Amino acid sequence: MNQDDAEIALQKRLDLIRAARGNAVPLDDVAEVVRAILDTMSGEISAKELQVYNELEALAVIIRETKREIAQIRPDEIKDDFLPTAADELDAIVQSTETAANTILDAVESIEAVIPNVSPEAGEALTNATMAIYEGCNFQDLTGQRISKVVNTLKCIEERVNTLVSAFGAEIEGVLASQGAPEAPAADPRDDAHLLNGPQHPEAASSQDEIDRLLASLG
Amino acid sequence: MAVDKNMRILIVDDYKTMLRIIRNLLKQLGFNNIDEATDGSMALQMLRSGNTYGLVISDWNMEPMTGLQLLREVRADAHLKSLPFIMVTAESKTENVIAAKEAGVSNYIVKPFNAETLKTKMSSVLGDF
Repeated sequence: MNQDDAEIALQKRLDLIRAARGNAVPLDDVAEVVRAILDTMSGEISAKELQVYNELEALAVIIRETKREIAQIRPDEIKDDFLPTAADELDAIVQSTETAANTILDAVESIEAVIPNVSPEAGEALTNATMAIYEGCNFQDLTGQRISKVVNTLKCIEERVNTLVSAFGAEIEGVLASQGAPEAPAADPRDDAHLLNGPQHPEAASSQDEIDRLLASLG
Repeated sequence: MAVDKNMRILIVDDYKTMLRIIRNLLKQLGFNNIDEATDGSMALQMLRSGNTYGLVISDWNMEPMTGLQLLREVRADAHLKSLPFIMVTAESKTENVIAAKEAGVSNYIVKPFNAETLKTKMSSVLGDF
């Protein structure tokens, strides 16, 4: 039965009810009409449509589950905390390797400056040694370039996570709220784990002078 | 013909440490007339400033102008097109070397490199010294 036929049949039924009872229709008759409409509809859903419906329903379940899993990996934390921290640490590595390389180069240049004052044999040995040190200092450039690639990769990840958070932000917050506080990472068994912060960034680090003063103040 | 060790050499790299290393290696090889630039556009400006350079040793990966772009500009410039140009770079893929060759690079050194490689490549471009 197509839609037009169904509408005609429904209209005939309503006309019959109206003719027999007027406009005051008992609830039982209304229920009977609703049942008839539902029967007509279910008769119209083909096996193919039912399959599509089932697949849509399964898809909805997958989407719900995916949202829950995305919320559990805390994209907000990845965006706001982990990625910026990782990028800062990498920048600090580049900076410290550059400082180290320049310290080495300063020392080598000092050695080169005294070469004219030593014997030719010693001068040649020193020249060969300093040349080898210059060659070894290539590492700073390569390390810097490799780390820059990693930083760029982190930026790409950050952009994707931002997109994810923008797309699902409200729903993620909803899931997080329903889950309560996030699971704490596995505890470090060392009793001084809370003091193991690793090297500090130069701007946050205490100088030796500051530490000496602090020690002195502690008596 | 002997290589003029007083020739002006332009070294180009965005890592100041690398500029310092190359400068010192060149000094050890007997070349003392060295200028530095930190990217291709700065180098191009220096090359067009009126000074006569005998060699360019350039990194590839720099901003805003890369070493390859610098090389293309040099080769397209009537006054600079025959200037010896050595690329010193960490870019070691075949496609990079091909692109540099097609752009007219005189020689190509892959980082990390040693003084002997630098001397050999310079000799192949300038003649023995």
